[in-house]
Amino acid sequence: MPAVREHPTDLKWIGKSIPRIEDPRLLRGRGGYIDDLVLPRMLHAAIVRSPHAHARIMGIDAAAARQLPGVVTVITGAEAAELCDPMPDFGPDPARHTWRCLAVEKVRNVGEGVAVVVAESRHIAEDACDLVEVTYEPLPAVVDPEAALAPDAPLVHEALGSNVAYTRKFDFGDVDADFAEAEVVVSDRLRWHRSGGQPLETVGAVAQYDPGTGMLTIWENSLSFTSYLFLLAMTLKVPANKLDVRAVPAGGSFGSKLWAVKAAAVAGMCAKATGRPVKFIEDRVDNLSNSDHCGSDRVYNVELAAMRDGTLRSLRIHVVDDYGAYMQFGVGHHGNALAQVTGPYRIGSISYELQAVVTNKCQQGAYRGFGSEVNNWMLERMVDLLARKLELDPVEIRRRNLLGKDEFPYFIPTGNVYDSGDYAEVLRKALELAGYDQWRAEQERARQEGRYLGIGLCSCQERSVFSATEFWFWFDEPAAPVTSMPESITLSVDATGGVSATLYSCAFWGNSPETMVAQLVAEQLDVDPTTVNVVYGGSNTGLPATGPGGSRFTVMIAGAIEGAVGKIKDKAFKIAAHLLEAAPEDLEWREGGVSVKGTPTSRKSLGEVAVMAHLFKHSLPDDIESGLEAGQVFDHPYTTMPSPDRSDLGVFYPFMGHACHIAVVEVDVETGAVEFLKYVAVHDCGTLVNPRSLEGHIVGGTAQGLGTALLEQFVYSDDGNLLTQSYFDYLLPSALEVPEVVIGHHETPSPYTPYGIKGGGEAGRMMAPAAIASAVEDALAPLGVRVHTLPATPERVLTWIEEAQGA
Amino acid sequence: MTERLPVSMVVNGVPTVAEVEPRRSLVEFLREDLGLVGAHVGCEHGVCGTCTVLMNGESVRSCLMFTVQANGAEIQTVEGLAANGELHPLQEAFREKQGLQCGFCTPGMLLLALELLGENPHPTAAEVRQGIAGNLCRCTGYQFIIEAVLAAADRVPIVVGEPA
Repeated sequence: MPAVREHPTDLKWIGKSIPRIEDPRLLRGRGGYIDDLVLPRMLHAAIVRSPHAHARIMGIDAAAARQLPGVVTVITGAEAAELCDPMPDFGPDPARHTWRCLAVEKVRNVGEGVAVVVAESRHIAEDACDLVEVTYEPLPAVVDPEAALAPDAPLVHEALGSNVAYTRKFDFGDVDADFAEAEVVVSDRLRWHRSGGQPLETVGAVAQYDPGTGMLTIWENSLSFTSYLFLLAMTLKVPANKLDVRAVPAGGSFGSKLWAVKAAAVAGMCAKATGRPVKFIEDRVDNLSNSDHCGSDRVYNVELAAMRDGTLRSLRIHVVDDYGAYMQFGVGHHGNALAQVTGPYRIGSISYELQAVVTNKCQQGAYRGFGSEVNNWMLERMVDLLARKLELDPVEIRRRNLLGKDEFPYFIPTGNVYDSGDYAEVLRKALELAGYDQWRAEQERARQEGRYLGIGLCSCQERSVFSATEFWFWFDEPAAPVTSMPESITLSVDATGGVSATLYSCAFWGNSPETMVAQLVAEQLDVDPTTVNVVYGGSNTGLPATGPGGSRFTVMIAGAIEGAVGKIKDKAFKIAAHLLEAAPEDLEWREGGVSVKGTPTSRKSLGEVAVMAHLFKHSLPDDIESGLEAGQVFDHPYTTMPSPDRSDLGVFYPFMGHACHIAVVEVDVETGAVEFLKYVAVHDCGTLVNPRSLEGHIVGGTAQGLGTALLEQFVYSDDGNLLTQSYFDYLLPSALEVPEVVIGHHETPSPYTPYGIKGGGEAGRMMAPAAIASAVEDALAPLGVRVHTLPATPERVLTWIEEAQGA
Repeated sequence: MTERLPVSMVVNGVPTVAEVEPRRSLVEFLREDLGLVGAHVGCEHGVCGTCTVLMNGESVRSCLMFTVQANGAEIQTVEGLAANGELHPLQEAFREKQGLQCGFCTPGMLLLALELLGENPHPTAAEVRQGIAGNLCRCTGYQFIIEAVLAAADRVPIVVGEPA
């Protein structure tokens, strides 16, 4: 366990909602997004996509396409397999479910690419796509995850021998004993359908290859897992030191641009093949059908054991997860769930059985929550079910089970630690902000009038700052040491005292990395944050970095900044000591410069120190080199190894945020529509750096959670056709669907991170589906409706009412 | 496809003459021919609104329009909002209220809000919510956008087509 930190309390910039550093350029339409980038002689790529969910590719005739004026080349899947090795794949057994940038031999989902056309313009490339003749032999498709388990189901990957890519059951603690002692057990089958991040900007890349140097440069709107880009170099068959990936700001991600390297692979391959720069930007149909980033798609069968007073004892979870056609991240989503599988409650044991299946759909990737938001929803659904059975108020059952603020650090049965928290206080604030008791009274009145008003409440965790253990503790072999998942920064002070910060991951996805860096640097160097220049370095010569994801960036970059500032200050003290003829220990950092303690007028500003460091080294002591710059790599501050038998998964997601959401809704039982009357979100993600920007994440995440709860689903027909291929069918929440969110904060600083910061980027979506499902169910309680499936579309709501009335 | 048609329009106050393919969309013309990359391409089927620009003061989806349909029109894009290096009061309000995160929908939202305030200089929160509902934002949940539009309305009269 790392040392407990003493956090400074006299903060000048941390905790202030300064306007964001990123915004002046974004407001001018100068975001510098990937499609804004134009290189001389640049070509454009478009992809020929499969109309079949599952089919053998019998032949591709690209002759007519190649002859179209303006077409430079056409690369079929088979040709791509010569040019490129398979895509980087963190799945259980990549050789048995091989993933390539274009399909070879057979297609496995509607929208999978089979050829790429490279032309002088995107128009010509798309014209030529229509001229590529692909002969398919359609195969039966497998679409439903449980049907995929049948022994006679069509095989998505023959090499796998079945459609189960991974299965294992873990027991943490004595589950059977806890169930035997339990006085009440509730069980249910719960269904969470697939949705996705759907940022308004799709994934894209621009690649340029220099045959003279062998250097391949790729600009891409994802540069996450920067330290793992050597894997992309292997795919593209270039030496890792000849690949430079340059960060480009992303127009939203929500996870869906995490390690989105297929666009980079396609552009890189085409640039190498043509010797000219190539741009590939997904269009919306590409993105909806084949972005590799659908969210979780799960069928749960759960049993929750408890005592009659509502005390929770144990959970048995069986989950089938439909991963779609490939397994790029393996089952890390369930590792993520295991970080907080017991929620904010005292639950002594847990059994977790996973069957990860492949089907003929777009593969899963990352979506804000990475699988633990589904676990939150499942757990809260079960707690609500138990409360109903025991006729306990949902608030009361939670009060009886929430961990107390004196119980931290608290190790949950899986072995992960919750560093700190004050869940009762978060609950109290939320109830107060919502006016819970008044709404219960209002509900009583509404019911007498025949109106269906419901109050939903959830108490959920938001884990932050992963180490990548969650991706591999599933396997006994190959064993690996714990992964450090570093984040890095270089701070440079120029000869005038101006501070620049260089980041090495694609940190901007719509979060506020530049604002975070500016505020943290300003706090530590006592400079004005608006003067800090933040830039992005390429991967090729950069320090090790990971990028945003798993609500990690602010915590990790704060650690890097702390180290880099320390080095800058050490050198500045040495130089100032020489200039002021004072001992370094008699100096202090004050008002952005170095002063003699007790004599603040005897000082050197950062600019005065910096100009000496840059230009006049020979006037300084011999051991001082020219320049005033420091790099710092910050490694995960608290992660431990899983036990060899995996009865203890170790610490892998320790900085535990928490939130309580309360939704008040009215359901129209004639139309199935859900109207919000009140929405409250109280969050605790440790010390806040810029409260306003965190609040933006909370509201935005809540809106996405609302989409997941009520609107969004990738719908496939029984034969695997994607029925939601546009925003006419896949419904994103508009301003008319999203309620005003009343936000509250509580700050329990982490004992183990700089300033006590915890991550909060996935806030909102981790909770809203649980609160909204609970509210809809509560509204329809007089009709006996159970909300066991999301999204609760009007059609589903009406069906549930009919079923409940028929029962 | 090689046929080209002449077009002439005023873009952000600048007379512009060009020859374009009939199928060239207005957003392609603005982004690729004029370098005005503030109009973004989000869905290319007219739902998301990231490509919104003002044509003769009215918001249009520039991904769904052919360039030739804008012949003779006055077009305003986000690049026409800030003047003399200063943000437009509406942009300033978005900045203060953090009415943006990734910034991709922002140019379209600004222009839609500008049109709204031109028609209704002192809207209620509900009217703003209704007024911006035609454009999607995936980051903010709209709340701070609405606050920003209300803040801008409180400050100065907004005149469509005129920079700050």
